[in-house]
Formats: sequence, C-alpha cells, structure tokens
Amino acid sequence: MNEVKTIDARNTFCPGPLMELITYMRQAEVGDTLELLSTDAGTANDVPEWVKKVGHELISSEQVEGVWHLKVRKAK
Amino acid sequence: MPRKLSIICVSGSHERLQMAGMIASVAAASGDEVSVFFSMNALPHFVKDASADAPAEGKFGELMANSAGVPPFRQLFRFAAEMGDARLLPCSMALDLLGLDEGDLEPELAAATGLTAFLAETADAQILTF
Repeated sequence: MNEVKTIDARNTFCPGPLMELITYMRQAEVGDTLELLSTDAGTANDVPEWVKKVGHELISSEQVEGVWHLKVRKAK
Repeated sequence: MPRKLSIICVSGSHERLQMAGMIASVAAASGDEVSVFFSMNALPHFVKDASADAPAEGKFGELMANSAGVPPFRQLFRFAAEMGDARLLPCSMALDLLGLDEGDLEPELAAATGLTAFLAETADAQILTF
C-alpha cells in the first residue's frame, strides 16, 4: 500500500500514455499512487478527465522541463 | 451511466483504423460499452499474420507510420477488448467473401456477426463509421 510507482510514457502519443496508466492501474492495489511521465501535452488534460470519470483520485499534475508528471491514487 | 458506442470499420486506411482504434480504446477503458464491427477493407487487417501496416490515405498516415511512439491500431483494438471488454465483431459476409472463418482471425476478435444481429444489438447505441 502507498507505494509510488513511476510509469515512463515519455515520447509516446495519445492514447499511449493513458493506456500505460490504465494497464498499471489494473495491477495496482487500492490506495497505491502511480506517477505517469508524459511528453504528450494532451495527456495533461485527458488523464484528469479519465480519472474523474472512472472515480480515482488525481493528486497532482505539474510540468517539469517539458515533462508532465501526473500522480494518481487508485481509489477503488 | 455507461454509454453504448458502436463503431463500424469499413475502410482499410491507416488513418481511419487508427482513429477508430483510439476511440474504441479510450471509450472502453472509460467504462463505455463498445462494439466494433469490422467489414470490407478493414477486416483483412485482422487476419492472423496480416501485415501490421495499412496504406496511408494522406500525409497523416505517413507521418504516423514513420513516428515511433504512435500505438499501432491493432494494439489499440486489443487494448479495448482486454482492458475495457469491447467486443470486436467480424462481419460474417466479409468473412464469407474472403473464404475465411473466425479461426483465421486474431484471437481478440469475437464471433462472426451478421449485420442484422449487429444492428439489433446496437439499436440504442451511438454509431460511428470509419
């Protein structure tokens, strides 16, 4: 529980980063936090939308040197 | 409330298969109930050992084919089926014309389906055609 796993989806295009996140989310335990790294700008909007729709929790979203870091907690 | 989405793939072009695969994968992984019906020039791309390439309609298809990091359309449809329970339905008429049966298709494809059954099952769905 509470493990932070980093998923490196840099240099892949939509919907690659979201697919990576969903794949690892399936394997994670409830309460785990996943950090997705993406260089695809659309991901910064799409991932929070998906998280909201399926009922997980977006912890943070920030861009550092051209890379989006999105932290998501598995809520169910 | 899950939405019912029916996607009809007719074209064998890279751009159209890619767009259909993107919509199928994202919708299915977001909880929508997705069915994809493959017929005409789209179906041969799902025959076992078929080339992963599809001809480009224009510049964008070429751009995608030459860009690393674009998920291949077959991977998108497989993801839709495995992660989002999308049903990938081969058209029975197209299979008959090709002289193939379900066993000749990629394993993520479901049972051969006729147009009448597909339309009846998806009567209350939003339909997108590619």
